[in-house]
Amino acid sequence: MSRPVQAPAAPLLEVEDLHVQFETSRGIVRAVEGLSFEVGRGEVVAIVGESGSGKSVSALAIMRLLPRLTGRTRGRITFDGRSLLDLGDEEMREIRGRDISMIFQEPMTSLNPLLTIGLQITEPLTIHLGMTAEQARARAVELLSLVGIPDPESRLDQYPHQFSGGMRQRVMIAIGLACNPKLVIADEPTTALDVTIQAQILELMKDLSRKLNIALIVITHNLGVVARYADRVIVMYAAKMVEQGRAEAVFHEPRHPYTMGLLRSVPRLDRPRGMRLETIEGLVPNLTNPPPGCRFAPRCPFRVDICGQEPPLANADNGSQSRCHRHAEIAGGKIAWAASGTGSQQAQMVREGALLSVRHLTKHFPVRAKLGHAKAVVRAVEDVSFSIHPGETLGLVGESGCGKTTVGRLILRLEQPTGGEIEFDGINLVKASPAEMQAVRRKIQVIFQDPYSSLNPRMTVGQIIGEPLHVYKLAADSAAATARVAELLNQVGLRPELAERYPHQLSGGQRQRVGIARALAMEPSFIVCDEAVSALDVSIQGQIINLLEDLQRRLGLAYLFIAHDLAVVRHISMRVVVMYFGRVMEVADRDTIYRNALHPYTKVLLDAAPVPDPTVEKARAPRLIQGELPSHMAPPTGCVFNTRCPMATQECRETIPPLVEKRPGHWAACIKV
Amino acid sequence: MTIATPTAADTAIPKAPNPYLEFCRQQPLGAISFFIIVVMMFAGIFSPWVAPYDPLAIDFAGILAAPSWEHWCGTDAFGRDICSRLIYGSRTALVIGFTSSFVGSTVGAILGIASAYFGGKIDDWIQRFVDILLAFPLIVLALVVVAAVRKFVVGGVDVNLIIAIAVPIIPRVARVVRAAALSVRVMPYVDAARAAGYSHSRIIFRHMAPNVVAPYLIMLTAFIAQAILAEASLSFLGLGVTEPTAAWGLMLSGNAADFYREAPWMILFPGAMISLAVFAFNLFGDSLRDYLDPRFKV
Repeated sequence: MSRPVQAPAAPLLEVEDLHVQFETSRGIVRAVEGLSFEVGRGEVVAIVGESGSGKSVSALAIMRLLPRLTGRTRGRITFDGRSLLDLGDEEMREIRGRDISMIFQEPMTSLNPLLTIGLQITEPLTIHLGMTAEQARARAVELLSLVGIPDPESRLDQYPHQFSGGMRQRVMIAIGLACNPKLVIADEPTTALDVTIQAQILELMKDLSRKLNIALIVITHNLGVVARYADRVIVMYAAKMVEQGRAEAVFHEPRHPYTMGLLRSVPRLDRPRGMRLETIEGLVPNLTNPPPGCRFAPRCPFRVDICGQEPPLANADNGSQSRCHRHAEIAGGKIAWAASGTGSQQAQMVREGALLSVRHLTKHFPVRAKLGHAKAVVRAVEDVSFSIHPGETLGLVGESGCGKTTVGRLILRLEQPTGGEIEFDGINLVKASPAEMQAVRRKIQVIFQDPYSSLNPRMTVGQIIGEPLHVYKLAADSAAATARVAELLNQVGLRPELAERYPHQLSGGQRQRVGIARALAMEPSFIVCDEAVSALDVSIQGQIINLLEDLQRRLGLAYLFIAHDLAVVRHISMRVVVMYFGRVMEVADRDTIYRNALHPYTKVLLDAAPVPDPTVEKARAPRLIQGELPSHMAPPTGCVFNTRCPMATQECRETIPPLVEKRPGHWAACIKV
Repeated sequence: MTIATPTAADTAIPKAPNPYLEFCRQQPLGAISFFIIVVMMFAGIFSPWVAPYDPLAIDFAGILAAPSWEHWCGTDAFGRDICSRLIYGSRTALVIGFTSSFVGSTVGAILGIASAYFGGKIDDWIQRFVDILLAFPLIVLALVVVAAVRKFVVGGVDVNLIIAIAVPIIPRVARVVRAAALSVRVMPYVDAARAAGYSHSRIIFRHMAPNVVAPYLIMLTAFIAQAILAEASLSFLGLGVTEPTAAWGLMLSGNAADFYREAPWMILFPGAMISLAVFAFNLFGDSLRDYLDPRFKV
C-alpha cells in the first residue's frame, strides 16, 4: 500500500522535529521530543495520549503560548508558509485568534465572567479585522446562530453565568471561529461536558469544519471522541509520537503495541462484555529521567533486545507510521496481546437478602433566599429507592447534577437526608444513634474520584492506611499494624515500601490504590465508589476496575458504583440504576438495560456515548437528544425529562410518572412505555 | 529560542533542591531579614556574654555620654550603657513578641479550624465574636486587656502583657485560618475521615490542622513584628514592662523624653532597633508567604 492521499501540495501546518523542554526545580522535563506532523487545509487531526504525553504542550508550542522563562522550544513550525518560531511577538499576536484560534477544555473558566458574551465575541473582530462596532455585532449574531444558540440578538448582552456549560462551550467555539481562522486547535473540547451535551458539541464542530473548510487539531484522551471526528490520528506516549495514520488504519490495524494496548483497555459499549478488562501493566515513565531506547519498552509485552535502542519512526505496511522496531511483525499478525483474563472467574457471589436498602430517599438543599422572597430549595434527590445485595455491584449512572453523588453522600451520612430511609444490615442509618453509627461506619467505606485530593498530603501512605487500624484497635500492637499495612498494600498491588512515601510522590493510579487500601483497612462489607476511575488514564482505569473486581470476589464486598461513563458501568455492574435530575428513571440488570432499555432517557444516554470505532461512528445517524439540563431553580413540571424527551406529550408535563415494574426485575418511570 | 542537545550531565537523575538554599535564592530579602532575626535572637539568648556592661549598672560619673568607643551607643540619664540595654532589650522584645504571637496565633488557628469544620451555628457564633474583637485596633484592645488583667510576673516575664497582646491577635488569625480551613474542609480526604467515623478532635488536629500550617506560620511571623511593636508601645505608655528592666519601648519614654534634645542617641538607637525588628519580621513573613505559596513559584 502507498501513503494515503495527502492534502494538496503545501500543507497548512507543518511541524518538524519539535522539542519542548521545561526547567523545573526537579530538573529538566522534556515534554515533547522530535514531534513532526502535517495538517492539511480542512483536515481534522487528532492528537491522542494519556496525561503527561506532551499533547497539550505541543499545541501550546504551536500557539507560542508556553511560559517564556522556563519553557524552551526548538524545531520548525511552518504555518501557511511562515515560520512561526521566527516571528516577532507582534506578528505572532496577529496570527493568534485570526489565523489560528484555540478552544480550551474548561468553558466555565475560559470566559471572562465580568464581560458580556457580545463583547467577548466582538473583541477579536474589532482587533484583528478592524470591524466597526455595528459590523462586529452583526457578525457576532451570525456566529451565535451558527453554533446553534437560539435568540442570539438578545443573548449577546448576557454574561457567561447566564449560560449553561454546553452553551458556554458553543460560545467558545463561536469566538474561535470569529475571524474565519484557517486552523482551530481544540484542547479536550468536550471533556468537561456531559455525554449528551458532548454529542451535540462534537456534531457541531465536525459540521462546521466541513462547512467552513477549517483545519482542526483535536487534543483528547477519549478514543471515542477521536473516532467520531478525525481524518488522521497521532498517538503520543511519553513525549514522543509513537504512531500516526488515517483514523481507520490506527483503530483497526494499529501498528504500535501501545496503541494496540490502549484500544484493548477501553471498556466498550459496542462489543460483548469481556470477563476482565485488558490492561497495560506498569506506569508512564517520568520525563525527567526517561528510559533509554523505546519509551514504551518497560511496559511492552513484546519487548526484545533491540528495544533498548531508540526505534525510528518507520513507514508501516498500511500507510501508518510507527515508532516500533517490530511493526512489520505486528503487521504480519505475529504479535498480538494475549487475553489476560479467563472467562470462568466471575462466579456469582451475590447472596440473598438486602445488605442496603434505600427507600424514598430525598434530599433538598436550601438556597439562601433574597430578601422578601420565599425560601427556595434545590431538590437534589427526590424519592429514590433501590437495594443492594451482599456481594453485588450496583451501578448508578447519570449526568452531572442528577444527584448520584448526593445519594452516595447520604448513604455515607456525610449529608443528612431530608426524608426517606436508609437501612443497612438491619439498622436504619437515618435514625441511628452516634454509637450505632460508629459501629456501622466501619462496614461502609468510600473511594473518591480524585486521587489527588482524597489523600491527606501531610500523611505518609503508611499513616493513611494504618490510621483506622489504630483508631478502631484492629491491630494488637504497632508491629502488627505495620504488618497489616504491608498486607493491605500487597492486596491492592503496591509494594510495601511505598508505606514510607507521601501521596505527592505517587502516580494517580497508585494513589487510587492507596485510597482503596484505606477503605479495605476497615474491613468493610460495602464500598461506595464515587467516580472511582473517571479521573484516571485509560490504561490505569482498567487496572483499577480489575482490582475492584478481584477484591469483590475475594472479600465478598458489595459496591455502589457511581459513574457517568456508561461503558465502565456496564463492565463492572450487575444491576444498573439510571438517574436524571434527582429521580430514578430506570432500574434493571446490566444486560437488560444495555440491550433493551425502556426509558427514553436511557436510550438517549446510550446513543450519545461515543464508541472508539471510526467505521461505526461515521456511519451513525445524527443524535436524538436536544436541549440541556433544566435549571434546578425552575424544575419542569410532571416528568423531569419532558423538556428534552423525543416522546413527550402534554400528559408528560402534567403527571409525575411513578417507578413501575414493567417486566420482572425491570423498573422504569415513564408513562409511554 | 534554541536549546543545546541533551548531554549526559543533565539527563542524570535530578535531586530535589535544598529547601533552605532555594529560599535564599528565591527570596534574598527574606534571607537577609532572617539573618537579622538570627543575630537578634543570638543577642537575646546570650546577652550576659554579648553585652559589654551590666544593663542596670548606674554610673553617675558618665551620664548622657555621647556614643564613643567606650559606649557604642552612648549612655542614658543614669549613665547606663545604652548598647547593653538594647542587647538585653532584645531579650524582652523577643520573649514577649514570640510568646504572645505564638499563643494568639495558636488559639486563633484552633478557633478558625473549628469554626470552619463545624460550620452552621457554631461558625456563626465564633465569627460574630471575632467580628466584635476585630472592631478594635490591635493596640486599643491590648490596652483594654492590660488594664483589666492584674500584673502577673512569672520568672521575670510579664504574663499579663503577653495575654494582653495575644488576645487581639486571636481574631485576626482566626479569620485567615478559617478561610484556609474552609477549602480544606471540602477536600475528599476530610470526607474520607468523616466516613471512617473518626472523632472531631482527630479530624481537626490530624487531618485539617497540618494542611493550614502555611497560613498559620505566615501569620505567626507577621504578628511577632506586631507584638514587638505593641510591647514597645505599651511600655512607652508605662503599661508594659517597668523600670529598671531593659525594654526598647521603655527606653523611649521616661527621662528620654526630657533629654532627647541634648542626647538624641537615647531615642535614636532604641527607635532604630524597634524599626529593624519589625521590618525584619514583616519582611520574613512576606517572603515566607511568597515562598510557600505555589502560585508565586516560577
